Amino acid sequence: MSAGHQIDTSDHSHAHHGVDHGSLRGYLSGFGLSVVLTAIPFWLVMTNALGNQMASAIAIMAFAVVQIIVHMVFFLHMNTRSESGWTMMALIFTLILVVIALTGSLWVMYHLNVNMMPGHEMSQIP
Amino acid sequence: MAHADTVIDDTIFHLEDDHGHAESGSSTMLGFWIYLMSDCLIFAMLFAVYGVLGGNYAAGPAPKDLFDLPLVALNTTMLLLSSITYGFAMLEMAKGRVRPMQVWLVITGLFGLAFLGIELYEFAHFIHEGATPQRSGFLSSFFTLVGTHGLHVTFGLVWLVVLMVQVSRHGLIAANQRRLMCLSMFWHFLDVIWIGVFTFVYLMGMLR
Repeated sequence: MSAGHQIDTSDHSHAHHGVDHGSLRGYLSGFGLSVVLTAIPFWLVMTNALGNQMASAIAIMAFAVVQIIVHMVFFLHMNTRSESGWTMMALIFTLILVVIALTGSLWVMYHLNVNMMPGHEMSQIP
Repeated sequence: MAHADTVIDDTIFHLEDDHGHAESGSSTMLGFWIYLMSDCLIFAMLFAVYGVLGGNYAAGPAPKDLFDLPLVALNTTMLLLSSITYGFAMLEMAKGRVRPMQVWLVITGLFGLAFLGIELYEFAHFIHEGATPQRSGFLSSFFTLVGTHGLHVTFGLVWLVVLMVQVSRHGLIAANQRRLMCLSMFWHFLDVIWIGVFTFVYLMGMLR
């Protein structure tokens, strides 16, 4: 992580310690995976290849989750070792909060709409 | 209880030890990561708002009437390319080569500008068609969510230009390397948020 190490490593971009800048191979594989993981959901929606909206929705959400993990690993260099695991702890804590906030909001507001507004046809859940 | 205290003491000692390497930027990295996590919470709230209000069209335009997926795909490509070029800049920084790094940063900035240009074109197009933020709950939450992301990209670009000036004046000193790494995290983080935006707003919107 110290400046001296980064410059001293000269040609070996993947040979330094601690929180690193990644390697050319890491960035390229992350990029390749991201292109594929972006192209497939766009293709699924634009051509309606699955012929079923629910199946398409589940598929593109799955692709999004995988792509987010790919970005975290290859671009943000997430691992369980950096900062003695504190970055991973912060991430897990944030994810728990995000899941609670998102599912809670959608769940509560969906039921509120269903129960409080008879006569209005409103599709709430994306 | 006594055992737990010992563990905590050990942790504190270890962090102070890390801090001993002046200019290592280690604690800055963790602090910046925690900032990014709090930013992530802001976006989570905006996603939740969009999830709740995104179906309230108020007899106005729906996603299917507005969104142009090829344009969104182009936009996504721009941001993804800017992510990889920033990565290349970081690799050049690790080798201590200033000139190639600056070139990659310029390319990153151009891709970022292209992204912003396309997004502003899209917004202008919507507003021209009468799909303004005050038209419906869907449009209010759409402009807030996507606009907040665009604002982050704008500030990221300002930061990028400032750092390019800093590096050209002071070179790759430790402080500048630390700043470039923070911006690297910020930039890749924005790309992660965009994955959520194009999936949940644009692609899911077209499926509705």
